Parts: sequence; C-alpha cells; structure tokens
Amino acid sequence: MSLLAFALTSFAASAAAAADPAIVEKLARGDASAKLEAINEALAKGDADLIPVLRALLDGRLSIAGEKQIVIEEGGALLDPITRESVTAAGELEKVSINNRVRRNLERALAALGLFVPSVSERLAAARDLQDSADEEVLPTVERALGQEKNAQVKDLLRSIQAGLMLSSPDREKRLAAIDVLRRAPSTRNKRLLLQRLGRSPSEPGVETDPAIREALERGIESIDGSLHLAEVVGWIFGGLSLGSILLLAALGLAITFGLMGVINMAHGELLMIGAYTTYVAQTVFRNHFPGAFAWYLVAAAPAAFLVAGIVGLVLERTVVRALYGRPLETLLATWGVSLLLIQSVRLLFGAQNVEVTNPVWMSGGVRVMSGLVLPYNRIAILGFAAIVLFVVWLLLTRTRLGLFVRAVMQNRTMASGLGVTTPWVDMFAFALGSGIAGLGGCALSQIGNVGPELGQGYIVDSFMVVVLGGVGQLAGTVIAAIGLGQVNKLLEPYAGAVLAKITVLVFVILFIQRRPRGLFAPRGRAAEDA
Amino acid sequence: MKNAVLETLRQLYPRKALLAIGAVYGALVVVVPLLNLAVPRGSVLHFSDYYVALFGKILCYAIVALAMDLIWGYTGILSLGHGLFFALGGYAMGMYLMRSIGLEGVYQSPLPDFMVFLDWKELPWYWRGSDRFWWASTLVVLAPGLLALIFGFFAFRSRIRGVYFSIMTQALTYAFMLLFFRNGTGFGGNNGFTDFKRILGLPIADPRTKVGLYVLTATVLLLALLLCRFIVRSKLGRVLTAIRDEESRLRFCGYDPVRYKLFVWTVSAVICGIAGALYVPQVGIINPSEMSPSNSIEIAIWVAIGGRGTLIGPILGAALVNGAKSWLTAAVPELWLYALGLLFILVTRFLPGGIVGSLARVSKPGGIVGTLARVSKP
Repeated sequence: MSLLAFALTSFAASAAAAADPAIVEKLARGDASAKLEAINEALAKGDADLIPVLRALLDGRLSIAGEKQIVIEEGGALLDPITRESVTAAGELEKVSINNRVRRNLERALAALGLFVPSVSERLAAARDLQDSADEEVLPTVERALGQEKNAQVKDLLRSIQAGLMLSSPDREKRLAAIDVLRRAPSTRNKRLLLQRLGRSPSEPGVETDPAIREALERGIESIDGSLHLAEVVGWIFGGLSLGSILLLAALGLAITFGLMGVINMAHGELLMIGAYTTYVAQTVFRNHFPGAFAWYLVAAAPAAFLVAGIVGLVLERTVVRALYGRPLETLLATWGVSLLLIQSVRLLFGAQNVEVTNPVWMSGGVRVMSGLVLPYNRIAILGFAAIVLFVVWLLLTRTRLGLFVRAVMQNRTMASGLGVTTPWVDMFAFALGSGIAGLGGCALSQIGNVGPELGQGYIVDSFMVVVLGGVGQLAGTVIAAIGLGQVNKLLEPYAGAVLAKITVLVFVILFIQRRPRGLFAPRGRAAEDA
Repeated sequence: MKNAVLETLRQLYPRKALLAIGAVYGALVVVVPLLNLAVPRGSVLHFSDYYVALFGKILCYAIVALAMDLIWGYTGILSLGHGLFFALGGYAMGMYLMRSIGLEGVYQSPLPDFMVFLDWKELPWYWRGSDRFWWASTLVVLAPGLLALIFGFFAFRSRIRGVYFSIMTQALTYAFMLLFFRNGTGFGGNNGFTDFKRILGLPIADPRTKVGLYVLTATVLLLALLLCRFIVRSKLGRVLTAIRDEESRLRFCGYDPVRYKLFVWTVSAVICGIAGALYVPQVGIINPSEMSPSNSIEIAIWVAIGGRGTLIGPILGAALVNGAKSWLTAAVPELWLYALGLLFILVTRFLPGGIVGSLARVSKPGGIVGTLARVSKP
C-alpha cells in the first residue's frame, strides 16, 4: 500500500518536471533586485514549471519554514516548490513578501510563461491575454515561444504579437516585415497598432518618420479595412442565413398546418419547446447510460423530438382542433389554452428554470473562414439540418401519395373530398407532420439557445410573421420569407440594435401586407376567400 | 333634459334590466365604500383596502372586456392587441403621475428618477406638458386612439381579416412591448413607472383617494356599458353585426365596411386606454409586461366565457376570471395556468355562447337575462 502511494507520488512529481532550484532559491530568499533577476531568468528560459512558484509568490502563499525550507501553501497542504511533494513544515512559517515592482513583473512573467504550458487551449488563452498587454520586454520570450510552438492558431497569434512589438524596432527592415505580418492578419487590433504607429503627422513623438514606411503603413491600414469589411459582410450574410434557417425550422410546420386547415395553432411554439425538452431527455439518457456514444446523442434525439412532438400534435388535432373546424378564431383561442397547459406541465415536470443542453463535441467551436470571422459549427449544422428537413418535406409533399392528398385538400377541400380523399385523415396526418417538424426545430434550437418552459413563446410571433409574409400553402414562400426576414434582421442590427431591428421588421411586415395581403405567393381557390 | 336622458336609457334597456344594472352599480359605489371607510378596521364587516384595490382592478378589466366585446363580439374582429391600448392609456396617466412626484423622488430631481439614473438632462419632447392633468387625460384618449386609427386604416383598407388581423395585432403589441422595454425609449424600461405619490394633489396611498378612484371606475364602467349598448343598438350597430356575419355581402350591398370597422375599432381602443388610465393609479405600477401578447389574449377569454355579443357577459367574465385568478394564484399558484388553459379549451369547445349567451337561450323571453343580453329590434 505504502509502496503504491510512493509510486504514485513519484509519478506525479516526474509528470510535473522539476523547477530550477536556483531560481526558486532566489525568488524566495533574494532581495527585490535578486527576485527581479530570477523572474527575468525564468522568462528567458521559458520555464513553465516555475508557474506555480511564481503564482504562489504573487498570492502570498510562498513561505519559508524554520528559516531554511521553502514551501508553497496550496489548498491547506504544504508542498515542496521543486518536487511538488507534500511536506511537513520544519518550523514556523514566514511569508515571503514582495514589493509593487516585483508584483508587476510577476504578473507579466506569469502571463508570458503561459505560452509554454503543454495545453494548447491554455497557451491560446495566454497568447490572447498577452495580445493586450505585451510590451517590448516580453519580445524575446514571445520569439522563444514562437520558435517551439506547433499549433497553427497560437503561432499566428504569437506572430501578430511579435509584429506588433517589432513595429517600433529601430531596424527598418524589421518594421517593414512587421507591417506585412500585421496586414496579413486583419483585425481591429492590428489596424489600431498600425494607426498608432502612423500617428496624425510625422512630427508627433513615437510615430514613424520614414516616408516609405509611412506609405507602407497607410497601405496596410487600407488593406486591413478592406478585409475587415469583407469579413463583416460575409458575417452578416451568414448570420442572416443562420437566423433564417432557425425561423424556417420554426415556421415550416406552422405553414403546413395553417395552409391546410386555415387555423393558426397557437401551441406551435410549445411544440418547439417539447422538441427541445425531448432533446434534453435524450441527452440525459445518453449521459447516464451510454456515455461512450454521447457525442452522437443528437442522432437519436432528432427522431425522438419528431415523434414526441408529432404525437402531441396528433392528440391536439383529434381532441381540440377537429372539433372547432370552420371556426378559426375559436381554434386560435383553444390552442392558446393548450399552450398554457403544455407550458405549465413542462414547468411541473422539469422545473421553471432553464435546463442545460450541451452541444456534442463535434458541434462546439467553429471554422475560421478568414481572419476575424469564425463560423460556429452549431450554426452551420443547423443550416444544413434545415436544408435537409426542407428537402424531405418537399419530397413528401410533391412525391408521395400523402403529399398529393395534402396539396389537393389545401387547394379545394370539397373537391378533394368528392374525389374520394378522406379529408379528416389528411388533416390529422398533416397536423402531426407539421407538429413533428416543429419538434425537429426545437431539437435544433436546443443547440443554440436556452431551453426553458417559455422557449416557444419567444418564437411564436416570429414564425407567424414568416407564415404571413410567405403566404400559405407554398413552401417557396415560407423559405423566402424566413431567409429574407433573417437577412433583414441581421442587416439592421448593427445600425439599429437588436430590438429596434426586430421592431422595424415587424413594421415592414405590416406595411408589406398592405401591398400583398395574402403574402408573397398568394393562394388561389378556397383559401383566398376565407382565413 | 332629464326626461330626454331617461327616454334614451329606456330605449337602451327595458325597465327591469335598467333596474338590475342600477342596483348592481349602486351596490358597488355605495356599499363597498361604506364598508371600507365607515366600518372600523377589525370589524367583521370591514372591507379591506386590498379588496377595494382588487375590485377597482377588476372593474378596469371589465371596461376592457366591454371594449373587446364591441370589436369581437359584435364586429367579429378578434384583436390580440387590446392590452397595448390599455397599456398606452396607462402610460399616459403614468407620465402625469411620475411628474406629480415632483422633487420627492429618490434623487430629488424634477426629472423622473429613471431619467436621472440614465443621466438625462432634460425631458424628451413627448413628455412636454405631461405635468398637466388635462393634457395627460387628452393623451389617454389620443395615444391609443391615433395608433388604432392608423393601424386600423392600413389593415382594414387592405382587407386583412380573420386570423391574419389577429396575428398582426399580436405582432403590434409585441413590437411595442420590445420598444417599451428599451431604456432609451424614455418610459422607464423594464421597471416602467411606479412609486407614485399623489394624483390631482391628493395623496395616492390615502384610502379615501383609493375609494374615489374606485367609484370613478365603476361609473366609467356604467357609462361605457351604456355607450356600447347605444352603439350596438343603433343602425351603425346593425351594420357592424352584418360585417361580422357576412362582410362580402354587405360590401355588395353598397356599404363600405372600412369606415365602420375603423370607427368601432378606434372607439374600442379609446375605451381600453381610459381603462388603463384608471388602472394605473389604483395598482400603482405600469410596466411593459402589460403589453405582452399573453395579456391581450387573456382578454379574449373573459369575453368568451361571459358570452360574446352580450355586453353584460364580458363584464361578468372579466370579474369571474380575475376573481378566480387572484384567489387561485394565492392559494394554489401552480394550478392557475392549468385552470386558465382549460378555460380556453372548454369554453371555446363546449360553451360557444358563453355563460350569459347560454343562459339567455334557456331563460324565458322577457326574463332578466334575456333582456340584458339580447339586442331587441330597434
């Protein structure tokens, strides 16, 4: 047993390779200037093993016990700074004190040493921190880190830090090279650096005086502006598409039920919510029973969401909607009642708080299409998902017998019935289908937003706007309306803010309806008269 | 003069029904204040301030329900945005009440506290004159009235009907809610207006002021009932009913439904605004959540459960639903939404005429329910 414990501790010690004892000694016992020297040595060596010691010194946890043994207090235990084994104090503890100058240098050194830790994400975070605080003294450290860095993203970041520092280098060639590096990594920070170096006029202190380099600076700024603008435009378009795909998933089912039966299902938002909660349940089941397959829980969650929401829709149609056929306003009110029941039931089952739905690993993060523009994987996945759902629905409506019946009933219910279509069955299936699609939408929504009992309420007005704008009974209208609303919303956001953008869109829809009261694609026949 | 008034009243309701309405009104404005002010606190008969406030609130809702019946029950237009008009009236009155706080706010500034908080130096232009009661009262009518007129003009002109219209009104109130939630809009953002001190120089927390407001509300309700009855019994009222039942045919007969709809829609909105203005000083707060779509849709259920197209029914419905709400949300809060949800389903499914409508059908002709509910031939 004790052997095992020994093996474990020695393993732990070897994993956290030893810090340089000479530097530790200077840090603990030296005077302020010796401490500064030690810190600079640590920086020059890029020794990440010293991080715990430096951090302990900064936090006042580095002590000397009985005037000879150096220890770190950590979580109630005493550790040896070099081996990081737990030790017993050899005497009274005396805290190592530091002055403000040492403190400042410690903070800087800690930030820079973060570039040498083994974890990529921590190195990335350290580089990001350094980006805002770097000064010339860390330049050698950054260059050293750059020399041994393997990860491309961290490397880019380090290069841009290095270039930022080199801008004020006395060497003309280095300055030109730095401008080139910064120009190739367009970001607002790099633009700011170039602008700073350029100043308002060459006579200002600290700005570039060489006319050729000044010109290079100007061209660099121009080029960054161009790239930033492009990134912004692409970002907008993608944001609009993403919002549009979400709106489409939310509104597609509604368009089918509304188009078919001329009734507005106010519980449609709650069907989204049910889909999202089904995803939550699927996630919990996978986490508890199949942790190995957790990354793929969505593959099970999406059909489950479709089924659960579809069944709820089916029951809703059989019990409430059918009985109120031909009375659209009453249907609206009754389905609103259903939505209240569903919200309250979910609240009692899962609690009023939001539940947490985690993205599977393959959906977190994003792809960097260009500098300053990262497209999140979950948004891309939803975009693709919406396209697939749309395609399947299109196939279903245009290539199957059920779809044929659905379209027939949409166009002329009496005639379809006269030709032998069992319209009540078509109603039921179409309603269940529309509800199931809402469930799929909810499954998608759970990946990007909060999942709570009121989830559906936030989407109900938006999805109605899509349906009203797109007109009923036409998939194309719904798609164009959803994408269009998404785009307009995202385009207005930077100018007007999210809320005013939304209001503007609502006003726009109201005005648009003036010109085309029946939506983009006006239906003909039966639906044109009532509604 | 007096005879002329009596004559008009006689034309609105038969004698029996008038007496019943008068009796209920009398009980509300005489008995409740007496039990509240004259009976000492602690006595069994004492009617607490809480209940006066609750009754006042319910009477405001009843006015809203009347307005809703006018537009939905008689004209067949289901508005899901009446909460907006109610809130606009409330905000107009709230502006006056905020200004009446004077220097007694937390920051002792002539500006309302939330503006000081936002570091505004002067009142926005639309707050000008809001310290005068007459202007605030004008705003109570103008704000919802103008909005209804403009929105209605565009909507009715392009023949937006049925569920389309309902959805547009819902979007409208939703948009306004978002707008009022913004701090920059200048109406206190999230928190809205509260902490009122006085109205027309009277301390707003004084029980006598509260009873005064309550009596005023009951009187406005009575007048609104008579006004609505007058409208629906007039020739114009017949046109409204025709719009509800067969709009296309009416148009073929040479009527232009747009102006009739616009008239009744605006009147309905103004009545809502007045109800909101009475509501705010009694409840002591107004915030954007009053504009949430769910508030507006709840109004429809008051009307549906009481009985559409009966005027008396919606008043009853508002009282019943809100009474039940204040009781249930205190006793078993988790059940309230179930109760409300079931009400929506069951009433629309099994009680299309509402309580009053169903009673009127089974009661003998000339009975009190029948005479109250029915519009006899003019």
